[in-house]
Amino acid sequence: MRLLTHNMLSCNIKGVTNGFPLAIEATTVETKEVDMNPDFLRHIFPKLEWKAFRDASHSLGVDDLPEQVDPDMLLDEEFLRRFHHALLEVHLEEGVLICPETGRRFPVSKGIPNMLLNEDEV
Amino acid sequence: MIEALSSEDILRLGMDFALDVVESPQCSDPLPLTLVTPLDYTKPVLPSQRRKSADIRLVARHADVYEPCDDSFALVDALLADRVNLCELQPSICLEVGCGSGYVITSLALMLNNTRKVKFIATDISEVAVKTTRATLAAHNLHADVLVADLNSGIENQVAGLVDVLVFNPPYVPTSEEEVGIGGIVSAWAGGVRGRVVIDRMLEVVDSILSSKGWFYLVTVTANNPGEICQIMRRKGFASRIVIQRSTEEESLHVLKFWRDASNESSESSGGPVVSPSGRASFLQRSLSHRLSCLVSFK
Repeated sequence: MRLLTHNMLSCNIKGVTNGFPLAIEATTVETKEVDMNPDFLRHIFPKLEWKAFRDASHSLGVDDLPEQVDPDMLLDEEFLRRFHHALLEVHLEEGVLICPETGRRFPVSKGIPNMLLNEDEV
Repeated sequence: MIEALSSEDILRLGMDFALDVVESPQCSDPLPLTLVTPLDYTKPVLPSQRRKSADIRLVARHADVYEPCDDSFALVDALLADRVNLCELQPSICLEVGCGSGYVITSLALMLNNTRKVKFIATDISEVAVKTTRATLAAHNLHADVLVADLNSGIENQVAGLVDVLVFNPPYVPTSEEEVGIGGIVSAWAGGVRGRVVIDRMLEVVDSILSSKGWFYLVTVTANNPGEICQIMRRKGFASRIVIQRSTEEESLHVLKFWRDASNESSESSGGPVVSPSGRASFLQRSLSHRLSCLVSFK
C-alpha cells in the first residue's frame, strides 16, 4: 500500500466523526522504484491532505518532506523527487492502520488494506 | 462517437501483441497467472500502451474469483464505445467497485493511459479478488490503489465528490437474500430479490461519490428492471442512457450510464442522446421495449 492510498482511507465505523487520518503501525516497509511522473504529482498535489501524508511518511521512516508546502514547490526538481518517493515508491507491506478516535485496527496484509467492518460496527 | 469494437474484435486485433511485461515486482504473490493462449514471441512486440483493453491472457485467475465473462466484456465494450468522451472528460479519479479479476479496471486504465494524470482505485469485498486485481494490473505493468472494502467503505469521506468515473458490475443475479454477501465467489453474482440488493445499496451512495462532472457506469440485466433503476436515479438528479444492450444465451445485459442532469454542458459532454427529464421515461420505455422485444429472458 502506497501512501497515496493511505491518504484516502478513514475509519468508517458508524458514529465516528474523527476517523482521519489513520495512524500507521508498520511491520514491513518496502521500496519499489517507479518512474517519476511530474504531471501526475502536480495533478494529485492539491487533492492531498499534506499533514496526514507527511505524518504517515514519518511512520514509514521517510523524514525529508517539508512541514509547510505551497504549489510553487512543484517546480523544484528536488522537492518533486522526494514527494514522488514518499507518495509512490514507499509501500507498507505488513502492518496496521489505527483509527484516531476509536483505536480500531485495520490490518494491512501483503500490501492490501482491509477496511471491512464487523456487523456491529456498520 | 467512435464505432464500438467488441471484446472479440479487440482480442483478435490484439493477437499480434506480445506484451513485454509478463512479470513485475508487484506480482510476487504466488497467485496462479494462467495464460489462456501461449504467447508467440516470434511476432513483433509492440508497446503495451497501444492496447485499449486488458489482454485476457494476462488476467489472473483464482477459483474464488469471478472470471471475465459476457457481462465484463459488455462493460469494457461500453467504456470503449465511450472512450473518446472519457478522454475528453479528463478524469482525475476513477473508481471501480467490485473489481473481481481486475479485467475492467485494467482495461479502463489502458484506454485512459495516455493522459498520465489519472488515479485509479479498485475495491472488492473479497480479499482474494483484490489480490487477483493487483496481479492483473501488474501483468499489464499498471498499478492502482486497491483495498478490501464493502462498496466504497473506508474511502467514502476522503474521495467524496471527487470521483469522475465510477464503474460497477454488481452481483445482479436474482437469488435468495441469504446468498447475498456470504463470501467466496457467490458474492460476485448473488444479488438477492430481483438481483437488486447490492445495486440498490450502490444507488444510495453514487451521489456522494461522484464529482460534479462525474459519470457512473452500471451493468444490469432485465430482471433488475433497468428502467426502474433509471427512474430512481432520475429522482436523485441523474440523467441516463443505455450505452450497450446485449443478449446472451443466459441473460439480457444493459450497460447504463448516469450523469448529473444539472446543466446543459454535462448533458452535451456525455456524448449520448440528450433526453429531458420529462421525456426520458418514455424514451427509456421505447428504447427498452424495442430492444427487449427479441430477448429470450424478457418477462
